Amino acid sequence: MSDVALSIEQLAVEVEGREILHNVSLQMKFGETHVLFGPNGSGKTTLLMAIMGFPRYRITRGKIVFQGKDVTGLPPDERARLGIGMSFQRPPVVRGVKTRDMVAACLRGKESEERIGELAERADLTDFLDREINYGFSGGEIKRSELMQLLAQRPALTLIDEPESGVDLVNISLIGELLNNLLEKDCPIPDRKCMGLIITHTGHILDYVNARTGYVMCDGVIGCEGDPHEILATIREKGYEECIACFLRRDKGG
Amino acid sequence: MADKKIAANKDKARAAAAKPAALGEDIDLGTYVSSAEEQPYEADPSRLPDKVKQQMLDAGVILDDPSQRAGTFIQMDNAPVHSSIREEGVEVLPVSQALDKYDWLSDYWWRAVAVNTDKYTANVELNQHNGYFIRALPGSKTVYPVQACLYLTKARLAQNVHNIIIAEEDSELHIITGCATASEEEAGLHLGVSEFYIKRGARVTFTMIHNWNPEVAVRPRSAAIVEEDGLFLNNYVLMKPVRSLQTNPTVICEGDNAAARFNSVLVADAGSSLDVGSRVILNGRGTKTEIISRAITTGGYIVARGYVEGNAPDVKGHLECRGLILGEQGVIYAVPELKGTLAGIDLSHEAAVGKIAEEEVEYLMARGLTRDEATATIVRGFLRVDIEGLPPALGAELQRAIETSEQDLM
Repeated sequence: MSDVALSIEQLAVEVEGREILHNVSLQMKFGETHVLFGPNGSGKTTLLMAIMGFPRYRITRGKIVFQGKDVTGLPPDERARLGIGMSFQRPPVVRGVKTRDMVAACLRGKESEERIGELAERADLTDFLDREINYGFSGGEIKRSELMQLLAQRPALTLIDEPESGVDLVNISLIGELLNNLLEKDCPIPDRKCMGLIITHTGHILDYVNARTGYVMCDGVIGCEGDPHEILATIREKGYEECIACFLRRDKGG
Repeated sequence: MADKKIAANKDKARAAAAKPAALGEDIDLGTYVSSAEEQPYEADPSRLPDKVKQQMLDAGVILDDPSQRAGTFIQMDNAPVHSSIREEGVEVLPVSQALDKYDWLSDYWWRAVAVNTDKYTANVELNQHNGYFIRALPGSKTVYPVQACLYLTKARLAQNVHNIIIAEEDSELHIITGCATASEEEAGLHLGVSEFYIKRGARVTFTMIHNWNPEVAVRPRSAAIVEEDGLFLNNYVLMKPVRSLQTNPTVICEGDNAAARFNSVLVADAGSSLDVGSRVILNGRGTKTEIISRAITTGGYIVARGYVEGNAPDVKGHLECRGLILGEQGVIYAVPELKGTLAGIDLSHEAAVGKIAEEEVEYLMARGLTRDEATATIVRGFLRVDIEGLPPALGAELQRAIETSEQDLM
């Protein structure tokens, strides 16, 4: 097996009959973290949802190969069991289902009170274990709860949708810590296995989590790929308008 | 009982003998029989046949090990077959014996429920087959619940029981009532009148679990009067098939700061028709109530009613009714009603009826649960009752009863 663990090849995705992603390709090796920049509505969340396998995000062309296996047609639970996990930007409230139940489900047979308690302590959510999942949670609490569940699930590939949105400064450093944990940033680089694909609109999360590759998504395609800090500096200086203009120039040229 | 009072009740009952109920399908009482064979008294209910014990257990009544119960009452058809207590401070008797023992009991007879409410209450008065009397003495606090079982064995029998529950001042009383049928297919009719009197500072939790069959019709008629600082917690679980069930118990919070809470868990499969409500009248200053109902249909018809009326300053009431339609058939009709008769009251309601949200299923699937596991988790969550004020052991027992029935649902 090559060391490419995730390969997205010329992917086109439709939502409710409308094509949102056109011809998206990217590759990720074990242990890498990539970030996906892009203006609102550019298709970032659609890409994550399609990788996770939600049926509403219909793949019409191309394929997703994960750890050597074509997962394009698999439902989300099978992808989860193969090692793909997702931190949702706005997860639903599930009445009557407790945070503890979700963590236990993520531990899949390895659940124990001690383990659940320890994860909750790490995410500063001990008092939330017996609350209904996401019910009345603040922005920061939702993110921490998502990451706590993923720490229980331990996916090889974590898809993270806007980890900093709606989060205050106190929460963001803890969220960064949990993310680093999840992505094995404490391991030496060659030993890391876990991968992350992080959506960020503002790039703020890069102050807390290091990433190797950045992409800018514009209007359903990946406009450019490069060093994430360099991309972020450009976006901060010139805005997404410049990214779009640059993309259009090249698109016409090509 | 004073003869005059008896005669007056009988007169009223006779006048209402054909009076249809305000709600629910009309049941033809003429198609049921009223008399049944005598049942022998059983001093040790653990000696009842295993099948009977299991049916009672499914309705929350434990006969093999009574150590977790403060007292036990069992009635089969028309005859009380067992009554006993294990804890001080509580009385458990067939209501006929209690009426002989206490002259004052006549003051409670048909006080919370009107004898002429409808033909069912009238029939209970005219053809009464006993029932239970449970009383907590002043200041007594029983640790374990008293359990009562009303059990139907004879085909086409109309079981007409009249129960009286009294919690004297500052007492604490927990009751589990299980109703069950011996046969899984014989028709029957259960008419049960229950009158609750919750005195000043008393707390009563009443948990009723129904385990009928698809041919039984049920018309409970219950009401409670709660005095100052009293609390009445009413839990109702119906997850097994029944042909037709209609009930609309009323709690009157008469004394200042009295409180009532209703929790209902209803499941109707194809062929079951349920019309279950809860009514609370807030008459005392600072009284409060919360009514919560969860209804699931897998093909049956459910009317889930709630009614709160505020008639005094500083009262607070909230109604929550949620319905889940599983599968293609089935109807849930939620009827939340509020009535306020003066300024400064706080009444609210929320009701929602629908199917399981796909977004929730997919969220759980993204954590590795299969579609079936995700659906089961959501349904289990929907039916979860975290009842404030219920002793933890009782809450766990109730949750167990719900989970046992859940398995049939999946």
